[in-house]
Amino acid sequence: MRKILVGIKRVVDYNVRVRVKPDGSGVVTDGVKMSVNPFDEIALEEALRLRERGEAAEVIAVSIGPEDAQQQLRTALAMGADRAILIKTDAVLEPLTAAQAFLAVIVKENPDLVLVGKQAIDDDAAQTGPMIAALWDRPQATFASKVEIKGGTAVVTREVDAGLETIEVDLPAVISADLRLNEPRYVKLPDIMKAKKKTLDVIDLATLGVSAEAGLKCVLVEPPKPRAKGIMVKDVAELVDALKKKGLV
Amino acid sequence: MSKILVIAEHDGTKLSQATARCVTCAAQVTGAEITVAVFAAEPAAVAAQAAALAGVAHVITITAAHNAHPLAAVLAPQVVKIAAAYTHVFGASTSFGKDLMPRVAALLGVPQISDAMAVEGAYKFKRPTYAGNALVTLEAPADRILVATVRTASFEAATGGGSAPISAVSVDAVVPTHTRFVSISAQATTDRPELTSAAKVVSGGRALASKENFELIFSLAGKIGAAVGASRAAVDAGYASNELQVGQTGKIIAPELYIAVGISGAIQHLTGIKDAKTIVAINKDPEAPIFEVSDFGLVADLFQVLPEMEKALG
Repeated sequence: MRKILVGIKRVVDYNVRVRVKPDGSGVVTDGVKMSVNPFDEIALEEALRLRERGEAAEVIAVSIGPEDAQQQLRTALAMGADRAILIKTDAVLEPLTAAQAFLAVIVKENPDLVLVGKQAIDDDAAQTGPMIAALWDRPQATFASKVEIKGGTAVVTREVDAGLETIEVDLPAVISADLRLNEPRYVKLPDIMKAKKKTLDVIDLATLGVSAEAGLKCVLVEPPKPRAKGIMVKDVAELVDALKKKGLV
Repeated sequence: MSKILVIAEHDGTKLSQATARCVTCAAQVTGAEITVAVFAAEPAAVAAQAAALAGVAHVITITAAHNAHPLAAVLAPQVVKIAAAYTHVFGASTSFGKDLMPRVAALLGVPQISDAMAVEGAYKFKRPTYAGNALVTLEAPADRILVATVRTASFEAATGGGSAPISAVSVDAVVPTHTRFVSISAQATTDRPELTSAAKVVSGGRALASKENFELIFSLAGKIGAAVGASRAAVDAGYASNELQVGQTGKIIAPELYIAVGISGAIQHLTGIKDAKTIVAINKDPEAPIFEVSDFGLVADLFQVLPEMEKALG
């Protein structure tokens, strides 16, 4: 395999308590810590391992987002990606639009494999992977927990509700990473220094002929109803009693 | 009028309850006429179960050897052919629906609404984002097919008592051979319930302090027939394996009973358990954020509590 493209999304860090804006127009992102979507880190780790096993020659990190998404691409380069591409847009793209933009990079780079996270932890849509595969007219293997490359095919174990499903897909294909696929490596300081010298190309979304316009209208963003306040019990006996009364144990 | 196509989820013999929940969501769209589509190699049994669901107007079957196993790449072009006669296409937000529906939406060239949790209008639905910390109401254009996945936990299953007519449909779609089913196996061979679907879950955090001590969590879970979970901190420390991770970066769960032991309650953990019906927190730090969301809190040392609890549970 020559080339793997990995999708890297810039999202609000998982340690941040997300707050809804009082006017219901969205969530507060100003001054909030941003990170690489954790499931995309797993996708990138898998690509790096495939390269380290000699299954792939080059790993390219691709992000779609604002100028600042370069930070997340630098993190991807520090983890070990060979180069990076940012499709720059200030608009918040729907998954279908993101897939169209990603496809434009696919057409240009002609990869053998596209790896993405199963979902991003901001919109939780879980759409972009399958949508890229559909537009590309290639196989998809979502929720992957194991990937084996065998010549021109990938044998992928998928985490499905009924258990573990194994499918075989011809390459090129799109694979989306689930939690169990691997545990991403930590970035070391020398790698961060090295990453600064790696190539990071910035392409404006408009030059790809993809419209950033949303198909869905966002009517309202609201916080969920808070949980009712609970009670403190004094010891194990009281706790077990309470649970027994509710029929829970 | 809304004509809603619901894609049936099944294992070849049994219709998934997720589909019955999807039908309930569809029925909440005013004036909806609901059709359930069964793609299978032998659809008769599943079609009969779909026809018996209250609120279903039609069941159509698409019989083909290549429909024996649910492969998104194979099913999507067939769904697209049928979809032209409908205003909406719904699938459950399960591993089946999440795999198939975005592929259908992209082939139709329309955006998708994922995880619909409330019907606000024929083209207006509410859905959770940020693991349920921000609920978004979205409106789709009424002049295009609306593709959506339905959050099953938000809708009761449609009851029986229906008797919809069943008809066979032939679909003239080119299906790819680039994706092939190999096998399916139930989750790892253990008697323990599966984390995401378990009615009870006992989770351990960093306070367990070692992999050996984490056995205390397995022991209590075994006693009450619960699945085992872990906080990200416990996973990062190597006390529990990653597949047990509960939280926004792990599994998002909604059990009847959730017992958090030695878990302080980082925001990403809390978002993963917020839909649990009853949350029990055991922690020696009275200031731990987990107590803000717990229904029952106990400030105590877990190493004393766990053996005591097992004893009290007989």
